[in-house]
Order: sequence, then structure tokens, then C-alpha cells
Amino acid sequence: MIPTSYYILLGSGLFTIGVIGVLTRRNVLIILMSIELILNAVNINLVALSQYFRSVDGQVFAIFVITDAAAGAAVGLGLIIALFRNKETVNADEIDLLKW
Amino acid sequence: MLTLTAFGILSAVALVSGVMVITRRNAIHSIIWLIVTLFAVGGIFLLQHAEFLFAVQIILYVGGIMVLFLFVVMLVNIDVALKEAQFSRQWQLGLFTAVLVFAQLAYVIYKIGTGLSLPPQPPGSEPAHNTQAIGQALYQTYMLPVEIASLLLLVAMVGAVIMAKRKLE
Amino acid sequence: MLEHIWLIPLFPALGALTQLLIGRRLSNKAVSAVSVGLPGLSLLWALGCIVEFFRLPSDVHVFNKVLYSWLPAGAFRLADGSLSNLNVHVGFQLDPLSTVMLLVVTGVGFLIHVYSIGYMGHEGGYYRFFGYMNLFMFSMLVLVLANNYLMMFVGWEGVGLCSYLLIGFYFQRGSASDAGKKAFVVNRIGDAGFLLGVMLMAVTFGSLDFQEVTAQAISGRFPVGSSAIVAICILLFIGATGKSAQIPLYTWLPDAMEGPTPVSALIHAATMVTAGVYMVARSNALFILAPTAMALVAGIGAATAIWAASIGLVQNDIKRVLAYSTVSQLGYMFLACGVGAFGAGIFHLMTHAFFKALLFLGAGSVIHALSGEQDMRKMGGLWGRVPTTAKTMLVATLAISGAPLFSGFFSKDEILWKAFSSPYGSLLLWLVGFATAGLTAFYMFRLFFLTFAGQSRVPHEIEHHIHESPKVMTIPLICLAVGALAAGYIGWPKILGGSNHFEHFLEPVFENPRAMPGFEHAWQSEFGLMLLSVGVALAGFLVAYFWYVKRPETPQLVAAKARPIYQVVLNKYYIDELYDALFVNRAKNLGNALAAFDLGVVDGGVNGVAWSTRMSGEVSRFWDTWVIDGLVNVTAFVVKVMSYPAKLIQTGGVQTYAWMITLGVLIFMAYYLVHF
Repeated sequence: MIPTSYYILLGSGLFTIGVIGVLTRRNVLIILMSIELILNAVNINLVALSQYFRSVDGQVFAIFVITDAAAGAAVGLGLIIALFRNKETVNADEIDLLKW
Repeated sequence: MLTLTAFGILSAVALVSGVMVITRRNAIHSIIWLIVTLFAVGGIFLLQHAEFLFAVQIILYVGGIMVLFLFVVMLVNIDVALKEAQFSRQWQLGLFTAVLVFAQLAYVIYKIGTGLSLPPQPPGSEPAHNTQAIGQALYQTYMLPVEIASLLLLVAMVGAVIMAKRKLE
Repeated sequence: MLEHIWLIPLFPALGALTQLLIGRRLSNKAVSAVSVGLPGLSLLWALGCIVEFFRLPSDVHVFNKVLYSWLPAGAFRLADGSLSNLNVHVGFQLDPLSTVMLLVVTGVGFLIHVYSIGYMGHEGGYYRFFGYMNLFMFSMLVLVLANNYLMMFVGWEGVGLCSYLLIGFYFQRGSASDAGKKAFVVNRIGDAGFLLGVMLMAVTFGSLDFQEVTAQAISGRFPVGSSAIVAICILLFIGATGKSAQIPLYTWLPDAMEGPTPVSALIHAATMVTAGVYMVARSNALFILAPTAMALVAGIGAATAIWAASIGLVQNDIKRVLAYSTVSQLGYMFLACGVGAFGAGIFHLMTHAFFKALLFLGAGSVIHALSGEQDMRKMGGLWGRVPTTAKTMLVATLAISGAPLFSGFFSKDEILWKAFSSPYGSLLLWLVGFATAGLTAFYMFRLFFLTFAGQSRVPHEIEHHIHESPKVMTIPLICLAVGALAAGYIGWPKILGGSNHFEHFLEPVFENPRAMPGFEHAWQSEFGLMLLSVGVALAGFLVAYFWYVKRPETPQLVAAKARPIYQVVLNKYYIDELYDALFVNRAKNLGNALAAFDLGVVDGGVNGVAWSTRMSGEVSRFWDTWVIDGLVNVTAFVVKVMSYPAKLIQTGGVQTYAWMITLGVLIFMAYYLVHF
């Protein structure tokens, strides 16, 4: 059997990639996609541990995570559209009105 | 043996395509790669005997969310974005920090070692069908969270509509 | 009457009180009635007392009446260690000496009061004048009737005060008020000496009564020339120099002519200035015991006599001449006392009172006739215009010059003889007196001729108003002229056949078994000297006649020839200026220094306290503004400064915030990794 720690390692790696994406890219769409990556990494962890504990709770939780991701993506994309309408840009560092 | 190979291939695909997602200039390309990543992750689920989740992943995530992403990318002016700088000015900082985080996580996992192996099956309990088990869990134990999740989706829908609405003059 | 001798000073005191309280509302007639009537009453009472005094048994020479005990000082330790009982009374003494003084003061005083009715009739402040004059009479009578030194000093001070008030009567004139102040201040210096003398007397004798002090002095308790007695006498004499205008304290008397003429007559001729002579005569027993003091008295008397006579030679103001003449004649009196001839001194005091008062009142009459002109260079030819005045003035001039048969002849001659022949006298003293007599005759006749003889130099506008004075002024003149003529006869000297009643009369006062042995020199010497003095007086008269009647241009020529000397004498030898530089200005400097001290240090201290209070307020303000508020501001500043780096966190960029979240996660995990 595949040790659970391998799955967790995979999840960590994917998580890190997602974080890098969030912190590094300027395009908000890419950032959103990186967030999806992060959520998926979390899902991997959940499922792996649900298998370890022989419980289905982890997978139920993962379903909810997907649900959340969907809601978040929907709202976020709506925001991006509204943002694009106002500022004609999709670059994160050009939106800096909320500062001192 | 087979599972290990499958795991290895799937994880490699997931990681590589994940890297591709965050490094592509063209947003459409990033989306395609993300779809690939999602497929790989679904495969991981399948490997874990979480069939229902694999199905949900494919249908919902890939079929719903990614399509949504695609539509929005097309609404947004990507021609301009293609010519601009892709990485922020402090990308080194972000990279470094994330790598540190990974290092910490890796250290933790190392500490655990391979001790996190699958424990032996307790005698006498036949694993139920995954979908059945999930269905039972969802509609019995986790009824309330389901309802709340549906409410959440409703709110999100309304919010998205309002967000994207053009103001009436 | 003698029992109520205290009424004599009381009458004029009542007059003074009346004028003080209600005089302003009284009419001139009422003021005159009160203030001339009351001294008249004093005169009558005095006469009555004297008559009673003569009727006392012949061995009684003193009448003493104590009213009450004024300062019962009680047990008192004297200078030599013995205990005594010092008791000062308010008491009155009548003896031959005070009888003479009493008559002079009340008699001449009354006449001058009558004269003043006419002289001051048109002046403002009529009631004030008579109030002061009555006050003066009261003080002078207290002085002469007192039976102890302290009460005499009360009268002494009182007359000084009245002198100040009356000299400055026309107080709106700056020169008059200055003269009043000068008189008072110079007098004060003398009074300090007098008071020290009285204090020394108290600790030496244990008593201040005339009779007790005299008895102790005569008794032989003190050796001749004992230092305490000499000190007392010198100090008393200092008082006398102040009051009687001798060197060095005479400078106030010429300036005192700023007062009205009756004042000059009464106070500065007949009475107040003679108080010093009276005091020395009263203390004869003490002076006899101190030959040094006697020599001092005689020396200063003689020096003053000739000094003042020399200044009087060239003065142009008629009253100034008379003032210097007074100083000179007072010098004669002190000369007499200084050589032991106290009787002669008092005799001259009496005759001088008559003719000097007459001279002043006459001068006042002339000034009145000339509507206020006092400069003799603007007089002349008045003989026919003011006959009574002129004739009485002639009598007085002859008297003061020592013309035979006039009163002044007898008294002055007595003094000159005693100066020559007394054991205390000397040829030098006689010589000075002799020369002064010549000068006196000269300047007095100079005054007479300039005023009455020759061509009239009176300015045209005044000439028309020249008129003889009213009877109320001329009758006192006549009375005084009679006195100036006749008063000498009671002192008709032995060598000319008389019995010198006056000297005899005063003997009880001046007898002193330890006094000088008899004055007996050959009568030839006395007669010879008498002839010499008549001769020198005649010489003075002739020179004056020649210079001012025959050849009036002569004085100018002489003055031109000896211009520097003339200037010095005309300016009174610059003594006033010398005193100013030495004393007056030093006193002013001290006053200024003290004022500066008061302003600078005392006021400065007060101001300094106020300043320091204000400063402490400033410090508080400073503290509050800079330290207290500063702390608050610094706190705010620190917060602001700390906000600068904090501001940098708020970039507004979402990725930055995401990075910070990641950083937080990193740190949390690191912590947990380390600790678990």
C-alpha cells in the first residue's frame, strides 16, 4: 500500500505550488487558479487521511470544500469582471487604493 | 506495485501541470493546464477508492468551475495582459517564503516517517460502497452542513450576479 | 498777683488759641482786640508781679512757684556714681534777671503788637500773623519765666518754631519759605548742642533747676576748670550761638529779614535772639567755673561783633544792615558775658531791645511810606516827608552809635570797660570792641544819611505816595524812642557820679564768692576809655557825614579802588556758599543716597519679590508649555514616528497581504516545530 505520508507530501507540494502562484503572479485570474490548486491540495490530504482512518468523513469534507471552491470562484470571477470594468486591468498590483 | 506506479505517474503529472499553471503567460493555457491538474487529482482520488469524489471532481470542478474560468478569461481583455510583465516585483520574496513553508511541512512529514502506513483492516468489517457510504454520511450525519452549503451556493450565485451586473444609468 | 504768675504766659497763649481756632472768621478789629489786648494784659500783670516782687523782704531775691511735677524721674545715678533724685517741674521763677527779661519781652512785645495793627492792616492772613505772634509771646515768656533748664528748652524750641512760622509768613514767596527753613535748620544745630548740655548737666548735678545747679556750682563741689563743667558750658554756648546768631551759626539772621518788619523787630532784635544771652547769664555760676568756656564765649562774641559790622558796612538793603547790626550787637553781649560782666551784658540787652526795635519799626515805617522799597540806594531826602519816623530813627541811631547820654552809650561803654579791665578780658578784646564801635557808628549813620538826608533818589511813581505812618504805628515809635533815650540812666556808672542801680540790682543773681576778684582799676582808666569810645563814635559819624552828605560820590570811588575787597564783603565773605558746599549739599547728598537706597534696595526688594513671583509664574508657564505639554506632544510624536514604518505595511496590494499571511503561517509553524 502507498504510505499516507506520500499523499501528504504530494498535497504539500501542490499546496506550495499554489502558494507560489498566489504570491508571485500578477494576473488575478492566475491567482484565482492558484487558489483552486491550493484547495485541491487540501482535498488530497483529506482523502488520504480519510482512507487512513477508514472513515468517510474526510471525503464528505472534501465535497464541501469543492462546494466552497465553486462558490468562491463564482463570486471571485464576478468581482474580477466588475474590477475589469472599472479599471481596465487584471493586474493585482495595479489595484492598490486601499492603502494609506 | 501497480498502485505505486499509478501514484507516481499521477503525482508527477499533477505537480508538473501545477507548475505549468502558474508559469504560463497566456491565461487560457493556464486554464488548460489546471484542467490537467484536476484530472490528475481526480485520479489520485480514484486510487484512494474515493470514486464518488472522483466523479464530483470531474463533473463539478472541471466541468463547471473551469468552464466558468474560461468564460471570464474571454470576457477579460487578455491581449493586453499577454504583453505585460507576468511576475510581480517581489516574486523572489514570495518564492522564498513558500519554499520555507514547504521545508517546514517536509520536515514534519519526515519526522512522521513512513509510520503513517495504512493500518490493517479490522476483522469483520467489509468496506461499504463508497458512494453509499458518502450518501449515508451526507444525509444522516451531515444533513445540516448540506443545507448550509446549499444556502452558501445560493448566496454566491446572487452575489456573483450582482457583482457582474452593469449599473443601470 | 505773684501767685498767679503763670497767667503771664497764659494770656498770649489764649490769644494764639483763639486765632488758631476761629481767627479766620473774625474781623480784623476783633483779631486786633484779642491779640493785642491779651499781650497788653500780660504786660499789666507782669508789672503787677514785679511790684509785688519788690515788696518782698530784702533778703529774698528769688520767687519760685512750682505748678506741678512734670518728669518725676526718681532715683538717678550721676556721672560720679552717687545717687540723686531727678525731678523736673513746671515752675516759674522771678528774680532780678528774669524781671528785666520779663519787662523787655512784655513791654517791647506789646508795643510791636500795637505797631503791627497798622503795618499788617492791609495784608492778607492778618489773624494768622497775630496768632503766630501771640504764640511767640507765650513761648518767650515760658522761656524767661522758667525755673529749670528743661522748661526753658520748651520755650527755646517754641520761639524757634514761631521764628520759622513768621519768617515764612509770606510763604508763597520762595525766598521767604527758604529763609524760614534755613532759620529752623541752623537753630536746630544749636539746639542739639543745648540738649546735650542739658543731658550732661542732669548726670553731673542730678537736677535741672536753676537754683539747685547754681547752689551746687557755688558750693565748691567742682574744681575750677573741671572737664564736665567745661563741656556743659561749651555745649550750652553752642545752643546760644544758634539762637543768638553768633559765629558759626549766624547765617540765618540776615535771611530772616524776609519776614514782615514787626517780626524782625520783635523776634530778631529784641527778644528771641537775646535768649542765648539770657541763658548764658542764667548759667553764670557754671561759666565762672570754666575759664576755657568763658574765653570761648568772649572770643566768639568779639569776633562776631567785628565780622558782622564789616559786612553791614556795604549792604544796600536797609533791613540787612540792621540784621548785621543785630548780630554785631549780640556779639557785644556775649563779649560782656565772656569776660564775667554778666550784668553789663544784660544791660546792653535791655538798651539794645529798645533802640534796635525802634530802628526796625522805623525802617518798617519808611518801607511802608515808600510802598515797599527797601533798597537804600533808592531812598534819600525823606527827613521832611516822614518827620516822626525820621526823628525817632535819629534817636535810635544816636543810641546805637554810643552817643553820650543815650542809652547805648552807657551799656556799650560798660562792656568795653569790663573787656579791658576784667581778669578774663584783654587788650585785644577791648581793641576789637573799640573798632567795632567805630564801624557801628559809621554804618548806622550811613544808613541814616542814605535814607533821610541828601537828594531824593526815590523813583518817580513812588514819590507821590510818600506819607507819614498812622498814629498806631508812630506812637510805639515814640515810646521806644523814650526808652532808647532814658533806659540808660538806671545804669549810670559810678565814675560819673551815679550809683549804677542796674548792676546793683542784678548782683544777687551774679554774686559768686569764688568769682573774679574786684574789677577795680583806677577810675582814670575807665574815664580815658570812655573818652576814646566817644571819640571813635564821633569819628565814625564824621566819616559817614563826609561820605554820604558832603561828597556822596566818595563811596563809589572807594569801592572802585578796592573792588575785590568790596565784592567779598558785599557777598558776606561767601560764608553761605561755603556752608552750602560743606554741609548743606552733603546733607542733600545723604538724603539723595538714602532715597536711592529706599528706591533701589527697599522698593527694589519689594519689586524684586513681585518680579520673582512673576518669574515663578513664567517658570510655571514654561514648565507647563514645554515639559508637561512636551511630554504629551512627545508621546504623540513617538506614535507618529512609529507609524511611519507601520504605514509601509499598508500597500493596498493584495499579494502583499497574502504574503504576510504566509509569513504568519511560517512563523507559527516554526514555533510549534521548535516546541514540540
